[in-house]
Amino acid sequence: MWDHEIRAMASTHAIIAASVFMATVIPAALVPGFSVYGTHLLWLYSVSGAVTAVSVAVFWLLGITPPTKKHTVGFKLSRLFRSCLYFFLSCLFFHTVVVLYGAPLIESALETFSLAVLLTSLTTLRCLCVLGPNVQAWIRVFSRHGAMSVWDTCLQITVACTVVGAWVGAFPIPLDWDRPWQVWPVSCSLGAMIGFLTGLVAAPAWIHYHRKHLTYKCK
Amino acid sequence: MKGLPVLSLLLWMCAVYFVGIYLFVGGFLLVRLEVNRTSTCGDVLQPGEEPVDFCRVQPRFRRAVLLIIDALKIDFAWFDPNNTAPRPYENKLPVLEETVSSRPSHSRLYPFRADPPTTTMQRIKGFTTGSLPTFVDVGNNFASSAILEDNLIHQFGQVGKRVVFMGDDTWENLFPKKFHRSLPFPSFNVKDLHTVDNGILQHLYTTMVGDDWDVLVAHFLGVDHCGHRFGPDHPAMADKLTQMDGVIRSVIDRLHNDTLLVVMGDHGMTDTGDHGGESQKETDAAIFLYSPSPLFPGPPSQSEPDVVPQTDLVPTLALLLGVPIPYSSVGQVLLPLFPPHGQTEGAVGRLSQLEALWINAKQVNRFLETYSGMAKDIPPESLSQLKRQFSRLSSEYLSSVRAGRSPSPQLAASLQAYLTSVRDTCRATWARFNPLKMVVGLAILAFACLTCFVLSELSPALIRENAPGLTAPLVVALAAGACAAACQLLARGYVEVAWCLAAAALSSELLFLWRARRRGGTAAAVVPTDKNGSKAPKRAAWLTPCRLLIPPLLVPLLRCASLLSDSYVIAEGRAVTFLVFSLALYIPVHLNWDGLLLPPIHDPLKAAGFLPPAAPSPSTVRRESGVLLACLGLLVGSLYLSLSFHACREEQGSCQPSPFLSPLSRLQDSQLKNLHYVLSVFSLGLWTYLLRRCLRHYGNLNSSGGTAFAAHWVLPLLSVCLALHWAVSATPDDSFRNLAELIGLAQLALPRAAFCLVALGLSLIWLDPLTVFVKTRGRAGRGRASPLPPPSYRASTGISPQAELHHLIPQIYQRMRRSMDDGGGELSGAGEVDSSPAVKAYGLGTVYSAPLLLFCGLLGIGLLLLHPEGMALSFLLLLLEMGALLHIHASSTNLSSLHGTYSGGFNVPWTPVVLWSLAATQFFHATGHLPTFPSIQWGAAFVGFPDGHTGTLLPASLVTLNTFASHILFAAGCPLLLFWPLVCEVRGSRGARACGEEGEDAVMEMRLRENPQQFSSALLQLSTRYLFLLGAQVFASVCAAAILRRHLMVWKVFAPKLMFEASGFLVSSVSLLIGVSLVLRVDVAVGRWFKRLVPDASR
Repeated sequence: MWDHEIRAMASTHAIIAASVFMATVIPAALVPGFSVYGTHLLWLYSVSGAVTAVSVAVFWLLGITPPTKKHTVGFKLSRLFRSCLYFFLSCLFFHTVVVLYGAPLIESALETFSLAVLLTSLTTLRCLCVLGPNVQAWIRVFSRHGAMSVWDTCLQITVACTVVGAWVGAFPIPLDWDRPWQVWPVSCSLGAMIGFLTGLVAAPAWIHYHRKHLTYKCK
Repeated sequence: MKGLPVLSLLLWMCAVYFVGIYLFVGGFLLVRLEVNRTSTCGDVLQPGEEPVDFCRVQPRFRRAVLLIIDALKIDFAWFDPNNTAPRPYENKLPVLEETVSSRPSHSRLYPFRADPPTTTMQRIKGFTTGSLPTFVDVGNNFASSAILEDNLIHQFGQVGKRVVFMGDDTWENLFPKKFHRSLPFPSFNVKDLHTVDNGILQHLYTTMVGDDWDVLVAHFLGVDHCGHRFGPDHPAMADKLTQMDGVIRSVIDRLHNDTLLVVMGDHGMTDTGDHGGESQKETDAAIFLYSPSPLFPGPPSQSEPDVVPQTDLVPTLALLLGVPIPYSSVGQVLLPLFPPHGQTEGAVGRLSQLEALWINAKQVNRFLETYSGMAKDIPPESLSQLKRQFSRLSSEYLSSVRAGRSPSPQLAASLQAYLTSVRDTCRATWARFNPLKMVVGLAILAFACLTCFVLSELSPALIRENAPGLTAPLVVALAAGACAAACQLLARGYVEVAWCLAAAALSSELLFLWRARRRGGTAAAVVPTDKNGSKAPKRAAWLTPCRLLIPPLLVPLLRCASLLSDSYVIAEGRAVTFLVFSLALYIPVHLNWDGLLLPPIHDPLKAAGFLPPAAPSPSTVRRESGVLLACLGLLVGSLYLSLSFHACREEQGSCQPSPFLSPLSRLQDSQLKNLHYVLSVFSLGLWTYLLRRCLRHYGNLNSSGGTAFAAHWVLPLLSVCLALHWAVSATPDDSFRNLAELIGLAQLALPRAAFCLVALGLSLIWLDPLTVFVKTRGRAGRGRASPLPPPSYRASTGISPQAELHHLIPQIYQRMRRSMDDGGGELSGAGEVDSSPAVKAYGLGTVYSAPLLLFCGLLGIGLLLLHPEGMALSFLLLLLEMGALLHIHASSTNLSSLHGTYSGGFNVPWTPVVLWSLAATQFFHATGHLPTFPSIQWGAAFVGFPDGHTGTLLPASLVTLNTFASHILFAAGCPLLLFWPLVCEVRGSRGARACGEEGEDAVMEMRLRENPQQFSSALLQLSTRYLFLLGAQVFASVCAAAILRRHLMVWKVFAPKLMFEASGFLVSSVSLLIGVSLVLRVDVAVGRWFKRLVPDASR
């Protein structure tokens, strides 16, 4: 079952992972003195930009995005506008959560916000692509019986992996090792990135191994 | 309700934990009493002749230079000319070898063996007092690190020698104001290799050339810091050692004839550059002695010691410089430095070897006598043997001196042997870990944690079987204890209580576990025939990793793991907040994952398949979810704000302690002071108001019992008292001169009045915990005359005929009805009785939680009294967080029971218990405490006792109460977790399932009386879960101390953490027991009340 979808998913994920790789390599070639630790914000934004662009393009091409009932330009524009609004709100939300987790409030606000942007582009953006700007659907997806398609299950796995990765990424910060990747927010964004990549690999694999047991109620 | 089994099981559990902690701490923490006597010049140490003033005699050396090179390992000091490819730390100090070979009677180089713990502070203490400093040197002044024992620096000062110090600023803390001149440099930054050394070098030579000193102490830190940073095998170490070589050369060039030079290391280092433990690499430092005038009788001979123990420096230096040996020194003079007997004629004031030994032995004997009179930790039989040895030697020596003949050379040897055996005895007592005790303590703790976990999982079965199964373990424990005592008596002749306790605890634990295992097996086998067969496989498999690695247990696991790293212990406050926040966020996510957070979507397929037919109304679900999210917001807010009340450890470099931590009287800006005061009083008022509001809401304030009295009068009065006390203590001393007496009186009276009020309130709650107000419907006239008009708390009326009067109440109800019929009916309300309940009992629904809540509230204000004023805000946050946690727990329980998926009885799941226990640690930090000794708030001992105390018990308990305030509050309030879901229950959720029909009124906590068995098992489960979480943390810190006992930070981080964790556990478990027994007390009172109601009504 769903072999076609799994294959599509795997190739999509390969493209996204490749875009992350390129977003790391190309600036290294172009910008003098580029490094993931040293010019962390640059890396962070280049990766977020790449993931955003590639995801939007791929999902649009694949046509996963739920079909809209109306096809007027005005409706599409408002949908686009709402998506952008949600993107921004989600950045603010992640920023707040990260600050509540103990990030400095004022000192490195830019770094914190950049991390929020990265998290948004790794998680919220995918929700936007798969489910459209519909918060209720987002909340529904993250429940045991909420997944309505293979793509929903994949969404669950990648988002969970990313968030857990960012969470685990906070662990090394208090250690006194004095490594460059312990600086805020390097370890968290690296953790989120690693979690995201793991999710990209894990989601198709998990679905492939559980394809016999997966049932979706309505599609 | 079976109170006794619950309480006895908990007591047994706590006792086992205590035994484990006691054993481990006994083996790990070496404790020694400080002797506060000092030696004086008048001490009669010379035999025979009339007392000579010891210090008047011309000493061998007038001046001395002590160069202490921190971590100068003996390997660094050797020079091997054959070594062609030296490692970076080898052959870098050629000056020592050159001097020794070129001027053999002027200099010596010895290995210098330190005693563990090999940390700098303890070592400085060691080679100045001549004693064996342990981790806890119990002295008068626990708060400051100054050395109060007799020491060399003190003795130098006494005889008027000018001590000049430069280098590591630890000395300045240890000997405040003892130096003639002092140039301390900051030692804290381990990465900084040069500040201290360069600082010393700037002043060392100029000072030496001048004549303004007698003893010069210079403590270099560069080598040690280099070891910590790079390890010994690094080019930086070569540079550093070469620099030291130059320093020693220059110092030797500048020495006068009357000056002694001592170059020494305080400890060694491991191959990674660390120290602190007891391996030979860490203990073996180097000592180099040199003087321009001949120091030794001849070149090195066979009789010279191989290794010089560090304690021996003290008596040697003291006698060479002509000062009395410090009182508590246990060292032995370094004999090669003294001429043999009969060769002393050449120089004035030279003590012969035998004289020096005699003075030394006499001083050591005097110390031993004093110490054994104070403490009993030296084994008595070795003590008596040492005493016999000394008296024999002394009579021999005295007789030979009186007779004027030269004593036999054997006497010197036996004096030496005596001194050595004294030192060995002392070392065995104070300076050696007891690994066996540590291992046994660890094992007991590990098994205790396991037992606690098993107990919490098996509590329903245990209570159901009507026997807690405690008799057999107790009997076995007694037997094992007696056995251990007998064995010890037979083998060694005396009994050490620790081992009896250990045997008892371990055997009872193992027996209990074995029986539980069997019981678990039989339960799994039997249950399929039981009616709740679906739960059977779960119970059989409660130890599978799958069930143990759920997030609520993963968080405590992370917490325990974090105790093994010094960085996390240092950042503990923030780490715990992080974990609490994570677990709190997990609750709604998990609920949503189970589809419980939102009302089910109207989906025909789903509703048919997964949900019970009685789907809850969406509005109820929405309201509950709203409450949950709002409370989560409150929780998160108070978590975030609580971060701003933290204090700072010295290890946290860029950290500012909270401004609320300093008492108001220290604030200079009067406007800021007023603001702080207003804020504190506001939060105090809000604390009082919220408590009363809550009790009033549930109708508990209508009654006229002791608890209601406490809530009505004691609570507000206490707050007023506290606010006035703050105001009085914040007034500057000089502002109201004419009122000074009054202020002094108020400072004494107000806190004491508050203490009395707290005690009064708590005892009132204990004596009369019922907060129920009964109103009979038939007598509306009397109801109106009661202090409060018939309240509109319909939801709070606990008794409802349908559900509550199941077994007991129907009789009351019937009799009540009959009595009213007989009474002739002042009102024509007979018909009314049939339709609505005849008896209304206000506050019965919260009869258990109300006294407990009030208890915690009063206790909280009492504990707040011991804190600085600013902490009132933090305490308010604590209350808010407690409330938020309770509500989150209640609404998540409600949500799951609304959807019909809740199947735990009254059991409290792990998540809220974990949150509760983590919050206790979190507020330990948020009330300005830290697990370090300098951060203990000693001011708490003087609240209400501004002139100090006579005893030690009262101040110690006040400080304990202050330190563990949050532990106490959370542990005592722990049973609230059981009650709150019932207090906040949504009507028709449980009632529908319990009674099979829709209950109209809220039954709330009366449900507990309907199911006494479930009540006891849930209470037992809750408390054992809490105990398990606390015990696991203690176990983790014990493990950290045991595994990392050679870690650099063990005495700075892990050992204090262990002490705080262990005493926190002690305090928490006692308060948990108090909380549980209060609940049981309420239960007894409620039972009596029901019984009394029957005759009352029938009258």
